[in-house]
Amino acid sequence: MLKLSGVHSYYGNIEALKGIDLEIKEREIVTLIGSNGAGKTTTLKTIVGLLKPKTGQISFNGKDITNVPTPMITKMGICLSPEGRQIFPRMTVRENLEMGAYTRSDKAEIKESYERIYDLFPILLSRNNQQAGTLSGGEQQMLAIGRALMGKPKLLLLDEPSLGLAPMLVETIFELVKEINKQGTTILLVEQNARMALMIADRGYVLETGKIVLCDDAKKLLESDEVRKAYLGE
Amino acid sequence: MKTALDNLKGKSTKNSLKIIIIIAIALSLLVPFLNLSSFVIRMIIMVGIYIILGLSLNLVTGFAGQLSLGHAAFYAIGAYTSAILSTRFEMSFFITALMGALLAAFFGFLLGLPTLKLEGAYLAIVTLGFCEIVRIVALNWMGLTRGPMGIPGIPAPSIFGIDLGTEVGYYFLIYILAAATIITIYRIVNSRVGRAFIAIREDELAAQSMGINTTMYKVLAFTIAAFFAGLAGSFYAHYVTYIDPQSFTFDESIQILSIVILGGMGSIPGTIIGALILVTAPEFLRSLQDYRMVMYGAVLIIMMLTRPQGIMGASKTKIKRNKLASSKISNKGGE
Repeated sequence: MLKLSGVHSYYGNIEALKGIDLEIKEREIVTLIGSNGAGKTTTLKTIVGLLKPKTGQISFNGKDITNVPTPMITKMGICLSPEGRQIFPRMTVRENLEMGAYTRSDKAEIKESYERIYDLFPILLSRNNQQAGTLSGGEQQMLAIGRALMGKPKLLLLDEPSLGLAPMLVETIFELVKEINKQGTTILLVEQNARMALMIADRGYVLETGKIVLCDDAKKLLESDEVRKAYLGE
Repeated sequence: MKTALDNLKGKSTKNSLKIIIIIAIALSLLVPFLNLSSFVIRMIIMVGIYIILGLSLNLVTGFAGQLSLGHAAFYAIGAYTSAILSTRFEMSFFITALMGALLAAFFGFLLGLPTLKLEGAYLAIVTLGFCEIVRIVALNWMGLTRGPMGIPGIPAPSIFGIDLGTEVGYYFLIYILAAATIITIYRIVNSRVGRAFIAIREDELAAQSMGINTTMYKVLAFTIAAFFAGLAGSFYAHYVTYIDPQSFTFDESIQILSIVILGGMGSIPGTIIGALILVTAPEFLRSLQDYRMVMYGAVLIIMMLTRPQGIMGASKTKIKRNKLASSKISNKGGE
């Protein structure tokens, strides 16, 4: 579905991604784990076109999207839920969701999307007219995911959905991610919480200072000594 | 879409907007027949000009969240275009005003381009630089602008042979222009485009992730704002009949920005009230003589300390307080 080959991305002169090869197949949950500054978020930004790779190629469903602008990529079905729950704080929950459907014009289907999201996150319905900035951390994260889903993505990119959440909420969020995947959305999950991410993922990539150092089935990664030592603290 | 903005600004704002509109229409139609002194009429006309300037800047700074310190430049471009076209080519006000506004919009588009790369203080410096460039060009391009001598004898506007160069004429002209600006800006901020502006202000990365072409919308905000500032400049030129670079200094940009901040960022009625206060305050404070501007500054400082969100603007803290109260209520049912 999505394929990155030899992608190099720069922030100014600093090479943040040093040749990433990554592949996501339809209906998979793929997780990208790694420590701070490894290039996880950069990879996501490069995929949706917020950052243009210097060399390398990104293709989505067979089409080259390396130099396609972000709004077009969103329209093609890749939606990013950014790190740190970047919701629109002074808009209501409903308005935030509306913004998620900004590139869509199919009114009937948009309505279906609302229902789907309210089904997934009933709390959002009860908070519908509340300013998003007043939601709790977990609710904001649900809103951020819900908003990304409003774009009706084929591929959903989640950047650290567990960041700053209470352990119990982290579990809830991961359950929901699994549920979204079951409903047919492919997911690329970027996480610091490697254990949780690997538990729900099909496959995993381990990123280290801009390079992929490991790539395997999630279960195997969970059991591998290298990963256990470096990322699971054992 | 409408409900969206109501929530964003608070319902009360919308109601008070209605009331303000009705009062404004009723009062304003009476004004020329109230036998007011020319001084008062002049003040009211200046308020009208600053309403247009303030609202246009509010679109960029208040709604789209891009801090601009160069709004006077567009005001100047509109004024000079109008002055030159009418004194040299004897074009009528309606053509020169349109040309002034369009040329200002073009420069707004150009100035909008650096916003793609810059934000916050850096953008503010670029806009400040632009404002200075325009002033210095006006000061030194003798052949075009007559430099520090300024352009005198700008003819009064007229329509279908009716001379609008009277107090009543000017009054109704600025009234129509200001009303048109208010309505246009109101419609923009309540539209899909306005929602994109607000999303960019709230969180640019998130807005981009939603597939909003932030580049295009930021440039668009600058272009629209410059158009209206240019329009205000054209009217100003034809109203005072003499312009020179002194009228369009950096102070002017600050004055316009003060109106937006005092009135409330992202609030249309706030900008109108802000223009009214800031234009008339120096006159009301005239009895203080030498201490007039000190007082004026003090009022601004006190205002910012006690009500940083402006007169009509909704601050984050205020929203939090209100909404926390309401969330407590919904919590009972919700969880």
